[in-house]
Order: sequence, then structure tokens, then C-alpha cells
Amino acid sequence: MTRINLTVDGMKVSDDVEPRMLLVQYLREKLGKTGTVIGCDTSNCGACTVHLDGQSVKSCNVLAVQADGSAVTTIEGLAGKDGTLHPVQEAFRECHGLQCGFCTPGMIMQSVDLLNNNPHPSEQEIREGLEGNLCRCTGYHNIVRAVQYASGHLAAAATPTGAAEEVTPA
Amino acid sequence: MTAVEAQPEVKEIGRDRRRKEDARLITGRTRWTDNISLNGMLHLAMVRSPFAHARITTVDTRAAEESPGVVGVFTGEDLADTQGACINAWAITTDQVTPAHTPLPIDRVAFAGETVAVVVARSAAEARDAAELVEVDYDELPAALDLKEAAEATPENGGALAHPDLGTNKSALWRFDSAEAGTGGNVDEAIAVARTDGIVLEREYRQQRLIPAFMEPRSVVVDPTGEQITVWSATQIPHILRFALAATTGVPESKIRVIAPDVGGGFGGKLQQTPEEMVAFAVARRLGKPVKYTETRSESLLSAHHGRDQWQKLTLAATKDGHVTGLKVELLADLGAYVALVGGGVPVLGAFMFNAIYKFPAYQFSCQTVLTNKTWTDAYRGAGRPEATYAVERLMDELAAELGKDPLEVRELNWIKHEEFPFTTVAGLEYDSGNYEAATARAKELFGYDDLRAEQRRRRDAGDTVQLGIGVSTFTEMCGLAPSRVLGQLNYGAGGWEAASVRMLPTGKVEVITGASAHGQGHETAFSQIVADRLGVPFEDVEILHGDTQVVPRGMDTYGSRSLVVGGEALVRAADKVLEKAKPIAAHLLEASVDDIEFSNGRFGVRGTDQGIALTEIATASFAAHNLPDGVEPGIDADATYDPVNFNFPHGTHLCAMEVDTETGETRMRKYTCVDDIGVIINPLIVSGQVHGGLVQGIAQALWEEAVYDEAGTLVSGSFADYLLPTAADTISFDIDHTTSPATSNTLGTKGVGEAGTIASTPAVVNAVVDAVRHLGVDDIRMPCTPERVWNAINRAGSGGGTVGAAAPHFDESTGMSGNVDRTTGGNEA
Amino acid sequence: MIPAQFDYVAPTTVEEALAALRQYGDDAKLLAGGQSLLPVLRMRLNAPEWIIDLGRIDSLRGVREDGDAIVIGAMTPHSVVGSDPLVAQHAALVTKAVAELADAQIRHRGTFGGALAHADPAGDLGGPVRALDAEFVIAGANGTRTVSADDFFVDLFETAISEDEILTEVRIPKHTGWGAHHEKMVRVAHQWPICAVAATARVEGGTIADIGIGLANMGNTPLRAGGVEEALRGQPATEDSVRAACARAAEGTSPPSDLNGSADYRNHVVQVMCRRAVMGALEGAGA
Ligand SMILES: Cc1cc2nc3c(=O)[nH]c(=O)nc-3n(C[C@H](O)[C@H](O)[C@H](O)COP(=O)(O)OP(=O)(O)OC[C@H]3O[C@@H](n4cnc5c(N)ncnc54)[C@H](O)[C@@H]3O)c2cc1C
Ligand code: FES
Ligand code: FES
Repeated sequence: MTRINLTVDGMKVSDDVEPRMLLVQYLREKLGKTGTVIGCDTSNCGACTVHLDGQSVKSCNVLAVQADGSAVTTIEGLAGKDGTLHPVQEAFRECHGLQCGFCTPGMIMQSVDLLNNNPHPSEQEIREGLEGNLCRCTGYHNIVRAVQYASGHLAAAATPTGAAEEVTPA
Repeated sequence: MTAVEAQPEVKEIGRDRRRKEDARLITGRTRWTDNISLNGMLHLAMVRSPFAHARITTVDTRAAEESPGVVGVFTGEDLADTQGACINAWAITTDQVTPAHTPLPIDRVAFAGETVAVVVARSAAEARDAAELVEVDYDELPAALDLKEAAEATPENGGALAHPDLGTNKSALWRFDSAEAGTGGNVDEAIAVARTDGIVLEREYRQQRLIPAFMEPRSVVVDPTGEQITVWSATQIPHILRFALAATTGVPESKIRVIAPDVGGGFGGKLQQTPEEMVAFAVARRLGKPVKYTETRSESLLSAHHGRDQWQKLTLAATKDGHVTGLKVELLADLGAYVALVGGGVPVLGAFMFNAIYKFPAYQFSCQTVLTNKTWTDAYRGAGRPEATYAVERLMDELAAELGKDPLEVRELNWIKHEEFPFTTVAGLEYDSGNYEAATARAKELFGYDDLRAEQRRRRDAGDTVQLGIGVSTFTEMCGLAPSRVLGQLNYGAGGWEAASVRMLPTGKVEVITGASAHGQGHETAFSQIVADRLGVPFEDVEILHGDTQVVPRGMDTYGSRSLVVGGEALVRAADKVLEKAKPIAAHLLEASVDDIEFSNGRFGVRGTDQGIALTEIATASFAAHNLPDGVEPGIDADATYDPVNFNFPHGTHLCAMEVDTETGETRMRKYTCVDDIGVIINPLIVSGQVHGGLVQGIAQALWEEAVYDEAGTLVSGSFADYLLPTAADTISFDIDHTTSPATSNTLGTKGVGEAGTIASTPAVVNAVVDAVRHLGVDDIRMPCTPERVWNAINRAGSGGGTVGAAAPHFDESTGMSGNVDRTTGGNEA
Repeated sequence: MIPAQFDYVAPTTVEEALAALRQYGDDAKLLAGGQSLLPVLRMRLNAPEWIIDLGRIDSLRGVREDGDAIVIGAMTPHSVVGSDPLVAQHAALVTKAVAELADAQIRHRGTFGGALAHADPAGDLGGPVRALDAEFVIAGANGTRTVSADDFFVDLFETAISEDEILTEVRIPKHTGWGAHHEKMVRVAHQWPICAVAATARVEGGTIADIGIGLANMGNTPLRAGGVEEALRGQPATEDSVRAACARAAEGTSPPSDLNGSADYRNHVVQVMCRRAVMGALEGAGA
């Protein structure tokens, strides 16, 4: 067992874990943060995506001990403390960017990372930015719309003149 | 009781309501089966066969039993009396050969990945650790792997038999002949005529094996600590699963409660009674403790049922001017190692659809189902109908090429004209409505058909390295499974009805119970819209309950695009019954005659007056029951069961433009347009999502997906690194639109939409790829159209060859420094 | 999904890490970004008793300039390498290859040294480091040694790093002003390449002054298209000369046959891709 200390969704936690425990298992099994899910064993699907010190990672491909000392944000910590949805969460609902919802936590976390790095992505940049996340339900069309919509709204929020391109869900 | 105020009528049907279910899903407040954790819960790990076919000689569980945290290790022998069986609900012929399927086999494994033993431990990690320690000795047996060879194998010729005791790999031969059925002419005569004075096209197409690959791996939790045994499972079919558990283990059905909580996709892949569910049930009963089993992705790809896998031999006869005169279809369908729940029924569902929207005067269909030592197959999105649509839509393009005509022109020559509906087809189905002309005209316009054709000619003339092809698919399908009478004629083990209840709560809210269990289709939202309109209550006040056999006493679950057209109709009828029950009470309370009561926008009014009472007020009044008419029972809740009288037939025109790099064989989608007629649309937003998702699954069959086995019968595409699902970066945005000819077979006029995209898109894409290089002498490319196949087809003719049965390792045990691993080179799949 | 049990150490210096390697020897595995190693452990293809995590050794991280070379620390994540201005300026081929490597999440964790030490011949970095004549600095008990890219890759998943050694950095001679192009063929985006060609070239007065071409997934190690390079040096930077030279791209290759393509196909397609990569590089070099 190895002692780890980290901050998860704003909460400080400290636990003894087996070194072999994956970050995603730590989140789900020790912390009960079952919002983050597991979809594969080769790190292809991205369903487990969380932010580790502000960057998107696949939490099935990080050991909990590697995250010692870090801050983790999961889908459960994305909304404001008062429950206000993050604009990307809002956009996924608005644009019907989810069906079964299994890929959604990972898709949303990766979309947030994408927009952090590139607030005004082109459609192609969005598609490539999400290439590590598989969705079997939506055909990606409305996920791309959601990211475009969020990009517009984040920009509108940042610049009150709101030059952002309006995207309407299709 | 208040005066009726003029209320604007807010129609919910047709509104693009945002989904009710999303609030939880986007914040991580989900209840996937694997999220469930109970006190004292034990975890299971499966030991699986590495061999396609082998006798189990010994299973040594001692080391595993000694491993830390292990509670028990069980083999098929240990659970022989309690494990029940996996059932086949549809013997397609009375003489179907059906191997027994015990969840944990006792002495022989019939496919690689089959469960052999189960380890129970305190944690999932400990269970996995111990599973590695179970020593199984196998005697390998010859494996039946190639579908065509398996169909020919007999004990006499020494071919490998999937189940040697059965003496054959042939399971059932299902036939339909329009001359015999009296629905059309004799196909052999039509072909004979065309051979001398017409056109005969003979083609053989391969429907490769696919894996449904829902994103949520299957998971099951069984809790035997209450009076009832509660089973949570990531399943599409809680009711059917409960029936099968009871019927095969002897536990009374009333003692079993099955719950399908949030289910992360299914696409037919979770339409199964699985060995893992049966094993978990048996172990929980044995130990008296709650247990959980969650599969890994690799286990899922290996052992959850696969789909498609057919060879299609097709003969089309036509006159010289392009009128089709006959179609003969001979299928070989791979069942895998066992006849799954629907199993051989899947290709039979396609039997009625090969003639599609065309007026074939003569038609014959035969399908031989075959057992092999591969993963069992069953429904995958579309089930039978994509195979049929692929074949006929590929053939129509071939016919156009033969005639030197535009593929749309040839289709128009042969399709059912809109004024000819209702139309009885050569397969004996009655198409109630449709307008192929309208959908096609709209699709051509949206697509820019003529401009793209012009560009194609320019590129051909210039000899560009990148050529453009245009693919057409004018599909129809039958959905809304299914009239129970028809299912009975087909020897299916159950009916096709659906049940619904509407409960009017005293607070004025409405609870709706549906037997159709959702896993991503947005039922909570669409069903709320239907009920809100019908009862005139706010959308927000309707709660949809589903997926729990205790809450929903009766149901047939979700598959075959049936939820809306069958489940939705049941809802409408239950809602109407509520109104019927409420009406006399309204009359009583309003002191009017029942004949003068009329209902609109949620209120009962007295004709010619401004007196009225809201339905919700009647709900409260009937709950209190203080003032009801004589002889009227308290409560206005109602149940309805709807058994459809016919299927319904959505259709559409799909146009696809593909670019093909003739130097490398790489393909790129340029544009995809579809105009579907799915009748009346309840929620356009949800419909668009269903269409997009369906399109990509169909496109993926055309271009990327294939379950490949090596010569030893090992699944080579056994992880997401090798079973290729497309990403956002591999796909494009689609242009979709609708035309509407309402279905006449249900109140709402809706048709199914869940499978349309998948069914239509595969041939559209392949037709486009072939069209791009047809001038180079290509008339077929086998799916998936990999760069190599396309390149081979261009340069060596033929349809591009098989797939090498080997995967390059990227995660290797020798990773890094030491070791020297040879790259596997496997055989070619035929 | 769950690796077998192991013990874990996270040294903070290369010396400590080397000491741990000496102590646990055969039973230990180095962990860099874990993006290849953790899937291996999860699928239980390997079960080392010790994991030595290099993630806490700060000195292994970062990109710096050192005279004629730029130096990339073994533990520098792909995302950092991909956005580093020094790399973009002096080894543009690496920038382009990294942009196409795996996906964003994996690029955040996976490291330059880890990917090269993993030595998957289908990896995206092997071709570029060979084309750029990189050198590998390897630390061991007796100090450090330097190995050329030509000698570094030994076989499938096998490099010149021995069991008690650690790759500390990769030195890339500056290729300032060279054009670069990475041509990668995949069936779907989240996949390793069926085949990839990395080309970088310097053009002087319309003539190809120098050129480097690396190939991925065309043999058990990343390869160098020596024949093509030889045929092009000193030739006019024109499509015709490139087309003729690239017919030699499959010389000496022994590509695998797998689900994504047969060896024959790879040997064909590498010629087309080589031509496109070289043309792209020449264009970038101002030809
Ligand atoms: C889904 C997926 C897709 C991918 N796609 C691609 C792709 O398209 N192209 C591509 O190139 N790569 C791809 N990768 C692999 C990725 O690039 C990895 O990051 C890389 O191969 C390994 O780097 P790492 O830092 O994570 O190393 P690790 O996984 O930590 O280590 C890999 C191996 O190298 C050894 N090692 C690591 N560092 C050292 C060192 N300093 N000295 C000695 N030995 C060391 C380790 O012991 C281990 O054996 C993909 C990975 C995944 C999971
Ligand atoms: S579960 Fe992490 S990438 Fe699939
Ligand atoms: S919404 Fe179901 S997998 Fe994406």
C-alpha cells in the first residue's frame, strides 16, 4: 500500500492504495465517483477522460500513485458549486450531443480541454481534437455541433459583443 | 371547478424538446450496472477458453481457491443442476438442429472465449488474480471455422463439426418462394427467360462479421438477500431475461426481479440472455450473497454476440430495358457456436425485404444457417434488413451499370409509385404508405446530384488520381416488431405486443409505465411528449418508468425499432382509456350529461357552456372518491396492451459521394445526404440523433469494421485497437431531411427510425466507392473497403481479397528492452 | 483491466533510478508516461514485480538547445514536444509527427523517450529520429553513452538500452531551414499507422542539397529509406526526379502482413507515400 494525497473535484483526499490501482478505479471504487466510466482495456475509447492538473488524460491509463500530489477534475466536479452547468455540459444537452450517455463524461471532459487550448476550433479541429473518444450512438454529428455551440457561448460570455458564430442544433 | 379559459393549444408532438434524461447523464449522476455496489457484494471473474474447440479434460481450481480473498471457484460441473440454460426463442424450422447451451460447459468448449469456470472473490482484483491460477487442460478438437466449408462438412467427408454429436453443421434451411406462396411468379422461369432475352446478373456478396460494440461493457449484479432475487443487468430485455431465468432454473418467475438501470447502448448486442448472467445468478444463489460481474472490453468483443456474417448468392433477372423480372437469393448464415436467442431468425427477418421497394414479379429466398466454432451471432442494428438492403441496392447499381443508365433512373423504373399504395409485395407484405419519388427528388436537390455527376465526369476525363463516386440507396425496411400472429406463423417463441399503463397521481402528476426499455433512444422524452399531448398535461409533469420488471409488470422490451410504433401506440391507448374513465366522473362533477362532455387541452368541458374541469382535478377527485357517480370505481388509471396488425415501412433515399485515391486505395467521404420518410415525427432532435448514429454504424460496416479470426479460431480483432470503430475525425457532418407520408397502421402515424440509417448507408457507401472506380474495370469491392482492397480491385481486378488474420502488437510483453517476438502472420480469411 | 500486483518506487534522480534498476534487475520495469506500459500490465501481458516510476525525475523533462543540437529530455510529454518552439524551428519533422501521434489525452501523458524506448516499429517517432540522425543518450552504472539512431533500434520492441540502463535524452542535430513532411496512413484516426513516411530536406538553388527519410511499420524497426535518399541527393527538386527515386522506397523493407494490409500492399503504398512526403518536404524547404 502506498499513501497518496490529492484533490479531487475540489475535495482533499488521502488514501492508502495498492500501487496497481488505476486512477479510474480509485475514483470509482474508493471515492464513489462513478460518473467517470470504463469502456475499454486498451485506452482507445476515452470514456474515462478526466483532467489531471488541468490537462485531459485517460484515467484508465494512469496509476493512482502517479496522481499523488495532483488535482483531478471529473465530470462530477465540472458544474459550479451552485449546480450551474459548465457551458460544455449545457451545449451537449442543447445540441443532443448524447444518447445512451456512456461516452458523455469523457466526451465532455475532452471537449473542455479542447476548448481550453483552442477556444475557436474549426470543425476539422474539433473532430481531430476528439479522436481519442469513441461514441457508438451519436455518429458524432451532434457532438461536433455541441462543441461549436459551446465555443460560441464561451466566446460570447468572454466578449460581451458576442461576435461568436451561432450554432443551432440540427 | 373553474370556467374554461381559452387556452392556446401547445402541441408537444413535433417539438424538438431537449431530453429529460440528459440532466443526469451530463453531470455523471448515472446508474450503470457497474456503478451498483451492495454491502457484502462479491466479485466474479471468468476463466475463458483460449481454444475454438476443445474437450475440457481437467480443471484444477486448487491454487485459485487458495488465493487471497477468494470465496469460491465453480466449474460447469459444480453448477450443473442450478445454472439453467441459454435459450433459443426462435426455431426457424421445426427440424432446426439446436445444440444445448449450458452457461458453463461441462466437458467441451465450442468457441474461443467461452466461459469455463468462474472465480468469486472479495474484490474484482482478487477475482482476476485468482482466475489466472485456474489450470484447465484441454484436448483440442478440429474446429469448424470457415462458413462455406462448415456448410459442407459431414462425418463422412471428415470436415470439422462444431458439435460432433450433432453429425452436421447445418442448423436449418428456411425457404420462401413466391410461386408456392401465391404472391408472385416462378423465379427460375423468370431467370430462364432473361437468359435468352434479357439480362441476368449473378453476384456473390459477403456480409462480414460485425461486433455490436455498445460502449458500456455488459455488467450484471445479482442480489439474493431479499425475498426476491434482484438482478440488475445491462440488458435490452429485462422481461425476456426474467422469463428465461425462471424457465430454465426453476426459480418461480414471481421470485425474480430484473432491472435494467441506465444501459449504455445495445444496438441488438444486449438483446441476449447471456451465460454470464446465468452464472452470476447461479453463484449468488449458491452463496446467498450479492455478486457482480463486469466484463472487460476484450471479453465483450470476444463473447458478447456478434452480428451479420453471411454469404449472399444473388441472381437478378431483368428485361433488356431494365424492368426487373425476378430475384433469387441464396444465403449462408453463420450462427457461431450456438443458436442464440433470436439466432437464425435474424436472416429470416431479411427474407421479406430483398425485394425492397421494387416490383419484382417473382422472388425466391432460401437461407441455410450453419454452426461454426466462433462466437455466436444474433441481432445487430437492423438485423436481417441491412443484409437484404445491401444486396438489392448493390444489384440495382449493377443493373444500371449493365444498362448504361443512371442508377436513380433504373430504380424509378422499378419502384412502387406513390399512387400504388397500399401495395402487396412479392414477399407477401402490405406496404401501407410511401412516396419514393418525393424523397428522391428532395435528396437529389439537397445533395446537388447533377453538379456532383458533372464533377465526376470532369475528373474521369482528366484522369485525376483522386476519383469521385456517387452511391445511391433507396431503401425501405419493415419495423415495429411485430404482429403476434405473424410471429406465431414464423414459429417465434413469443408475441410482439407491448404494454403500457398511465397512472394519474392525486397531485396531478402523471406516471407512465412502458414495457419498452430504453438504452439511449430518448424514450423518457418522446413518450412524455406523446402523453402530454394526449392528456393535455404539461410535458414536465409526465414521468416515464421502465426497465424494471417489478414496476413494469409486462413488456417485450426494445428492439427492431419497435419502441415508438408499438410501445408508443400502447401508450396512446392507455391514455385514451384514462380519458374514457374520467369522462363519466367529469360529467358527474359538472352535473352534465356524458354526451355533452368534450375533452380538449387537458380539460373536460360541457358543450356550449364555459363550464369545465381539468383532468388533473378529476384525478384528485377520484383519489378522494368522495363524490363519484354510482358504481364507478375510484381511480382513473388505465392499462393497455397493443398488438400491431402490421409492420410499418419507413423508407428513404440516401446519396453518398466518396473520393477514392487511386494510387493508395484510400477513401474519403465527401458528402452524405439522406431524406427519410419515417412518418410523423414526435421529436425531430431525437430523430436526427438516431439517423446520424445509424448512418455511422452503417458506414462503418462499409469502410472499417470486421471481426477477423485467425486459422486457429482466435478472434484477432479482439480489442478496440484492432476492431475499428470510427472516430469524429473519420466521419463528416450529414445533410438530413424528411418527407412525410404518415403510417396508416397506428394512431400517431409514426414509423420506426432506430435502424433506418444503418440499413440504408452501407450500400450507399459501397456503391459510391465502386462507382468511383468502375471505369477502371471494378464492379465489386468486398466490405470493409480497406485501402488495400480498393487498391487491389483497381489493379488486380476481383473484389479485393480477404483480410489477413493477424494483428500487429502495439502493447507487447517484451515492451522495451529484452525479448524478440516474431510478428504473427496468419492465414487469409476466405 | 487490473494489473497484477507490483511494488512501486518513484525515485527523484537518475542515480536513484539506476540504483533501483540494479537492485531489482529482471523483476523491474521503468514507467515513463505509462501509455504503452499500463495497457500491457492491465491486459496482463507482463507482470513485473517492481515498477520504477521516472515521473518524479525533473531533470529528464524539457527541451533545450546545446550548440548544434536540440536536446529533448526522455520524460518530456508529447504535447510539450509538439508545441515547443525550438523543436518547431530546428526539427520541424518531429513537430509534425507528434501532432499526428495517438490522441490529445495520450499526448498529454506519453513521453518522447518512452515512445522511443518502447520501439514499436509502427510508432510515429522512429521514422523522424532516424531521418534526423538523432543520438540517444543512455545512462548506466558506468556513466552515459551515446548511440546513433541507426544503432538504437535493434528489433521489434527491442533497443540498444540494456536492462540496467535508462534513456535520458535524445539529441537532434539542428535541421534549421529544412522542409519537413510526415505522411501517415491510418484506417481510423485512433490507430497506429499502416505505414508512415517522415521526410525532411534542404534545398539549395532548386537542388536537393540533403535529405533524410524515415519509414514506420515497414520492418521490425523504424527504417531509413537510404536508397531514395541516395538517389535524390544533388538532384533537381522536381516531381519527376522524386517520382523516379521513390520507386526505391521499398528496397530492403520487410513489412508485416496484418489486418490493415498485407506486406505487398505496404511495399506498394510506401512508394506513393514517400513521393508525397518528399514533395511536401521540398515544398516546405522552398523548392
Ligand atoms: C490508444 C493508443 C494509441 C496510440 N497511438 C499511437 C500512435 O498513433 N503513434 C505512436 O507513435 N504511438 C502511439 N501510442 C503510444 C504512445 O505514443 C505512448 O506514449 C508511447 O509509446 C510510450 O510512451 P510512454 O512515455 O507512455 O512510455 P511507457 O508506456 O511508460 O513505457 C514504454 C516502454 O518503454 C520503457 N521506457 C520508458 N521510458 C524509458 C526510459 N527513459 N529508458 C528506458 N526505458 C524506458 C518502459 O519500461 C516500457 O517498457 C498509442 C498509445 C495508445 C494507448
Ligand atoms: S476506459 Fe480509458 S480509454 Fe477506454
Ligand atoms: S452516447 Fe452512447 S456511446 Fe456516445
